[in-house]
Amino acid sequence: MNRHHKMDSADRQNRLDGMAQGLIGTDVPRPDGMAKATGTATYAAEERREGMLHGVLVRATVPGGRVADVDTDALAKALGDDVTVITDARLLQVPAQGTDGKAPPQGPDLVHYVGQPLALVVAPSFEVARHGARLLGIRYEGGEEGHFDPEDDATPTELRDKKTVDIGDLDAAMAKAAHSVDAVWRTPGHVSAAMEPHAAVAWWEGEHLTVRSALQMLKFNRDELADALGIPAENVRLLAPFVGGGFGSKLGISHEAVGAAIAARQLGRPVRVVLSRQQVFEAVMRRSETRQHLRLCADEEGRLTGIGHDCLVSNLPGQDFAEPVIQGSRFAYAAPNRHLSLRLARVNRTCAGSVRAPGEAVGLTALENAMDELAEAIGIDPVELRLRNVPEEDPTDGKPFSSMMMAEVLREGARRFDWQRRNPIPALRREGDPRREWLRGMGMSLLVRGNILDEAEARVRLLPAEDGAPVRAEVETDMTDIGTGSYAVLSQIAAEMLGLPMERVTTRLGDSALPPSPGSGGSWGAGSSGSSVYLACLELRTRLARALGCDEGELTLRDGQATGGNHSRPLAELLDGGTIEAVGHIEPGKTAKERRQATYGAQFAEVEVSRHTGEVRVRRMLGVFAAGRILNSRTARSQCLGGMTFGIGMALSEELEHDPRDGHLVNRDFAGYHIPVNADVPQLEVHLMEERDPWANPMQSKGIGELGICGAAAAITNAIHNATGARVRDYPATPDRVLAAMAVAN
Amino acid sequence: MNPFAYHRARDEQDATATAADDGTSFVAGATNLVDLMKLGVKTPGRLVDITRIEGLDRIERTDDGGLRIGTLVTNSDLAADPVVRRDYPVLSRAILAGASGQLRNKATTGGNLLQHPRCPYFQDLAMPCNMREPGSGCAAQGGPMRLHAILGTSAACIAAHPGDMGVAMGVLDAAVETARPGQEGRSLSLEELYRLPGERPDIRTVLEPGEMIRAVVLPPPPGGTHVYRKVRDRASYAFALVSTAVVLRLEDGYIQAGRIALGGVAPRPWRNPHAEEAMTGEPPSEALFDRVANILLAEAVDRSALGRDGAPGFKIDLARRTIRAALWQAVERSEGGAGKTAGEAA
Ligand SMILES: Cc1cc2nc3c(=O)[nH]c(=O)nc-3n(C[C@H](O)[C@H](O)[C@H](O)COP(=O)(O)OP(=O)(O)OC[C@H]3O[C@@H](n4cnc5c(N)ncnc54)[C@H](O)[C@@H]3O)c2cc1C
Ligand code: SF4
Repeated sequence: MNRHHKMDSADRQNRLDGMAQGLIGTDVPRPDGMAKATGTATYAAEERREGMLHGVLVRATVPGGRVADVDTDALAKALGDDVTVITDARLLQVPAQGTDGKAPPQGPDLVHYVGQPLALVVAPSFEVARHGARLLGIRYEGGEEGHFDPEDDATPTELRDKKTVDIGDLDAAMAKAAHSVDAVWRTPGHVSAAMEPHAAVAWWEGEHLTVRSALQMLKFNRDELADALGIPAENVRLLAPFVGGGFGSKLGISHEAVGAAIAARQLGRPVRVVLSRQQVFEAVMRRSETRQHLRLCADEEGRLTGIGHDCLVSNLPGQDFAEPVIQGSRFAYAAPNRHLSLRLARVNRTCAGSVRAPGEAVGLTALENAMDELAEAIGIDPVELRLRNVPEEDPTDGKPFSSMMMAEVLREGARRFDWQRRNPIPALRREGDPRREWLRGMGMSLLVRGNILDEAEARVRLLPAEDGAPVRAEVETDMTDIGTGSYAVLSQIAAEMLGLPMERVTTRLGDSALPPSPGSGGSWGAGSSGSSVYLACLELRTRLARALGCDEGELTLRDGQATGGNHSRPLAELLDGGTIEAVGHIEPGKTAKERRQATYGAQFAEVEVSRHTGEVRVRRMLGVFAAGRILNSRTARSQCLGGMTFGIGMALSEELEHDPRDGHLVNRDFAGYHIPVNADVPQLEVHLMEERDPWANPMQSKGIGELGICGAAAAITNAIHNATGARVRDYPATPDRVLAAMAVAN
Repeated sequence: MNPFAYHRARDEQDATATAADDGTSFVAGATNLVDLMKLGVKTPGRLVDITRIEGLDRIERTDDGGLRIGTLVTNSDLAADPVVRRDYPVLSRAILAGASGQLRNKATTGGNLLQHPRCPYFQDLAMPCNMREPGSGCAAQGGPMRLHAILGTSAACIAAHPGDMGVAMGVLDAAVETARPGQEGRSLSLEELYRLPGERPDIRTVLEPGEMIRAVVLPPPPGGTHVYRKVRDRASYAFALVSTAVVLRLEDGYIQAGRIALGGVAPRPWRNPHAEEAMTGEPPSEALFDRVANILLAEAVDRSALGRDGAPGFKIDLARRTIRAALWQAVERSEGGAGKTAGEAA
């Protein structure tokens, strides 16, 4: 029935390359694209149920202490008993972290941060519920203690010592190095800024709960929700067929799903809870701000002799997640001496968790700025410096690389961008005329991101011809499509393997009743769930080959026709009116431990900076990426474009601002939190390189969802330096910061 | 949001009479007021919708060759008007530098002038704010504030007028024409229209209960070169950190007349006649433009306790630099240069 495969050894068969349909790797459009563009693909908040009530969460307005009293008098007086206030002890304090699979801290009477949901007000309409939420009188007690600034001396911190890497003697290497860089970078907190706000509609049928929600990982989410509610996981069904962006913010179960489920149970009617944009900012995970102390040293020829990366990040007391800033610094460059450490400060800000490419997104950015400074100190080209430090194996644990394209992406990027045109002397130092306001500069950065395979299952079914129509296939898994293109890619893999045109394959996703996948996150979605689809198809191919009378290896499937062993028959005949199905099951194995698996990219940016106002405009940007086999060049390219755009935001404008007095998030909407708009984003060019990684999975593909953001911002800030001579080390490079750095530099 | 009554005004008289009652607000494009109602910041008991009043959506020539802009003319229509684009380009550019296409399609002339400040503490009911709740305090002064004013502020409030259109209207010497309940309307310069916060930041204008903006009147075209320069945290769709409207007439290398207004730095579009007089008859130079900036910013104080990175005061320097950049841009364009205007893209 099933085909199970554990990734214990390299798979060099490259079976996908031998398939005949010719779809894999091509730019097949999304089958769900039209529905999304025309609004017929509905999202969680659009779910309508008979008799549905509406819930609005009530926020804490203090950063600590205990809820002493919830006064509902004003509310009852204004709105009568149409309104219910829920303060159930099972309400969450924070959302679950990605892949937790169990309930996060619960109990809304204990306050940890401003914006923490404390109660749910439920009413027949959203407007009434919102009005009611405002009329609720919450009295607090205690809570004078609190820490709001991660860098304050009084703020408790703890070293995450399991993360520490200490190889050789970095201090000694720094002391005798021919060239070195020693400086501190800071990145502010970020939010995912997914377009779809968090939403959940919950309804019960007896003991069975169904929740339509905006989630990335149903397998884990089901367990989290069941655990939070204290019910068996079998009684929970989650639906998330369309999700309007995640970027980490929907990895774990959150306030709205738990609140809606509790309210629906208590009131015996479906309940919808949608977070306002402000609530999404306050109640969902942020990316921690970082303080990064980098030390790089090199010999005369520009060979790195040491890398130091010591970081401070923050989270709420009790939270285990610490932004893994140093992850990429373990293996990005060779160097005999290395010191990496991560410290976690306990602050009463909103909860920190995974936001697109946790770790490398901010860690590579600072590392790549430091590399640019080192290249300047040595007097060699920044691309050349990186080429001289390509590691031959993982420099931290000595593992060989599975496949690695670092040098190739750097060279290809430099060539395509015409990097040789760059003048290493900053434009401002060359250009004296104050009337030439806009100064041009070029910068580049290396991108790396580790690759992960996770356990996944999928069911694939071949169905017989109906009324003479050709055979069709169905793919089923609880995998989600958060805008990335899972529908397209999984259909495409099945179509390729089974020799069917795209339109003969239907993929069903986002239902926890379907075979479990690890969901969308960590860039592992397409590789993991895709491999399970691939395996299920292999099993079907084996059965078809048997029916045809040949070996699976000899079987060619194309346009519904099976050929092999001197036979050729339509698939419809082989099925003979029956349906065949198989479940594919991929499991990570030894290859994950035996090889360092990573994806690589190189980004190049050209900017203009106003010498008067410090405004920065990105004029063009190129990214060259290598991530194993590209399954769909259109959706892969989209991921890269998105990553590069995130990079522009990180470089120039995105920043969570916390009030120093109570830690509350000051900019809680898109007017105040500046993601890039069209005018900020120039023509972006993406080039995907050919690569096969036999150690990654049976499709030889690697994750590409997060690579584009890992270090992208550094290409832009390095370009700012090339324009002005200014080193902006505190992100984002807003006009005031660029001006301040220009004043220091010149 | 709070329950409220809704009244669709038939004409100006109906509108002004109805709106004179306590707790009543005019509403036009609704892009600002309804946002604030959703947040619970504004809780009017009644809205008087003026959008169906006839005749307020026209742009007309005045007898003296100026322009009369009805309050219901949308920002999009005003920016696209051929006469405005030809004779008052600074106005068109300022409008296009603001908000987004969708918002400008709804936003009206009067609504834009009277939009509320974009102070995040004003918008958060949990925070003390003298503008929202007189006497409660001003939380913005201890927090990360970038959209604050440095001129015309008081200890009670540091919020800036956030608009762009008004800055251009300010530099064009625009006057606001009002209608009042039970008596003749009046004409107010922008300086007269806006109050400085003083002790009572909640009273933002001199408009009386029920007094409505009917139109904005522009004097005849000033000629010269027009520049609107807006510096902000992203290339578009963000409020000004600092903006500058400049109208400059340059002849034979000498400035015949120069006008300059600042936005994003004061509770109203900010002008200073001394700064403009200082330019008259002078050739453009770094020193001259520094002098202009010095006069404009002589009284500037940055009361935001901490700017970014704990260091107050980026705004005064940025204002100085924006003034200089805008003036050079105007000179260059007067001389026929392209005077690249990245800051002007909408
Ligand atoms: C995300 C966002 C970004 C924005 N960016 C910018 C920007 O960069 N630059 C910029 O300038 N603006 C910007 N705006 C603000 C926008 O321009 C204003 O919301 C709009 O101009 C208000 O006009 P309205 O007709 O919708 O006003 P309304 O919301 O209808 O009213 C605003 C106020 O004016 C009063 N009012 C309206 N008309 C009259 C009248 N005739 N007489 C008396 N009182 C009246 C109302 O009572 C209310 O208090 C932005 C807005 C948003 C939401
Ligand atoms: S600056 Fe003005 S609007 Fe902002 S909090 Fe202070 S008083 Fe309120």
